[in-house]
Amino acid sequence: MAEKKRLKNLTFLEKMYIPEIVKGLALTLKQMLSPSVTMQYPEVKFEPPASYRGRPVLVQETNGTERCVACGLCSRVCPALAIEVQAAETELEKERYPQKFEINMLRCIFCGFCEEVCPEEAIVMSKDYELVFQNRESAIYGKDKLLVPVDELKDRIDFLRKFKK
Amino acid sequence: MTILETIIIALIKIVLIIVLMLLSVAYTVYFERKIAAWVQNRKGPNRVGWLGLLQPFADVFKLLLKEDIVPEKANKILHTLAPFIALFVSFATYAVITIGPAVEIFGYKINLVVADVNIGILYVLALTSLGVYGITFAGWSSGSKYSLLGGIRSSAQMISYEVSMGFSIAGVIMLSQSLSPMKIVDSQYGWMWNAVVQPIGFITFLVSAFAETNRLPFDLPEAEPELVGGYHTEYSSFKFAGFFLAEYANMIVASMMIVTLYLGGYQIPYIDKLGLNSTLLVFLQIGAFLLKVAFFMFFFIWVRWSLPRFRYDQLMDLGWKVMFPLSLLNLVWVALLIMIFGF
Repeated sequence: MAEKKRLKNLTFLEKMYIPEIVKGLALTLKQMLSPSVTMQYPEVKFEPPASYRGRPVLVQETNGTERCVACGLCSRVCPALAIEVQAAETELEKERYPQKFEINMLRCIFCGFCEEVCPEEAIVMSKDYELVFQNRESAIYGKDKLLVPVDELKDRIDFLRKFKK
Repeated sequence: MTILETIIIALIKIVLIIVLMLLSVAYTVYFERKIAAWVQNRKGPNRVGWLGLLQPFADVFKLLLKEDIVPEKANKILHTLAPFIALFVSFATYAVITIGPAVEIFGYKINLVVADVNIGILYVLALTSLGVYGITFAGWSSGSKYSLLGGIRSSAQMISYEVSMGFSIAGVIMLSQSLSPMKIVDSQYGWMWNAVVQPIGFITFLVSAFAETNRLPFDLPEAEPELVGGYHTEYSSFKFAGFFLAEYANMIVASMMIVTLYLGGYQIPYIDKLGLNSTLLVFLQIGAFLLKVAFFMFFFIWVRWSLPRFRYDQLMDLGWKVMFPLSLLNLVWVALLIMIFGF
């Protein structure tokens, strides 16, 4: 093989490999003795920070109704077409509410656009990352699964008020 | 001793060695995974059994339950034969490894070695050379280009490094004036370990041992990123388990050889001066041997998770232009020692 031009030719000591090998071995030995960073998942669970985008949920007011006014912006902005909203009227001064609000969790890509576009702070991303379904039907989350009390979402809502423009 | 007694004793030794062997291979695999995990700040297998200690058995069970696939273009006979050659070679080498001094059990004087042949080292060298056939056959008979490349690389690598390995051993043999492992161990009395007397030979032998066992940084025959799996790409189930077992068994043999040839085997320096009870002494010496072997096993694994793989031309450069001249230099050094100091 022809001699190659290099930016820096190796010195004799470097060509012997041995000092470099010893350095490498020392590094790995140091790592061996340092504690592991593994979380033993089912027993120890990861507590996500407020910026974490988990399962999107609907905010449930303290009086038990949803905050959502069924404007349908989330459904429009959703790039994966995962959200379906059907509006209905109420006697309250809020006038509209979602009769049907469904998110297909097989389609959802957790982009958070729905949360970003929502004028009422009614749909937010939660910290829930354990999503398991046995079939496609159960992957479509209706209002029963989507509504979460506002107290549990305080973290995320505070985060949104701080950073959402 | 009658012939019958000799045969029975040999059989007991063989069974013991095979069982210990399989167990130690299983736990080498376990520690390989554990140490890999520690180096990467992980925990490693810890689910199957206490601390994951049953993991190796789960692994073997999984392997045996898999479908045994033979490629359509494979040479069926050689494809089946290859893993058995590899296995046979790695198990047969255990026959001459001495794990301790002679002991007396129930009035029989027993050497702690299956076959105390006077050409033990030559036997090991011959068998490890045969080991190339297992890998080359596996590569060639699979009918796959990746396997073939792996097999070719392996044969070239093993033949190249066998040269420097042989010359390093020659230095040891010159000092001990015997090819019997027991005599070689005896010749390293006290601190006259060959690693101290001939450090260059020790290094060349160590590096060659890495190359011979196809371990990183010389694992070109099974370089995953380039060759899928190397010579065992087309193997599955029991046959793959055979290669897997053989690789780790070879690692243990290599460690045992290094300890026997260069680190005084089962000897603890000057322990006979303490005047200990002979039973205790034997146990201590066996313990010392196992400890030394365990250190080298750890070293093999440690190096694997530290160093990157050599390029093929670098490997050949190192083998022929560095290791071979160094082992010759070592030979000259030993000759000088004998001539001047009369070892």
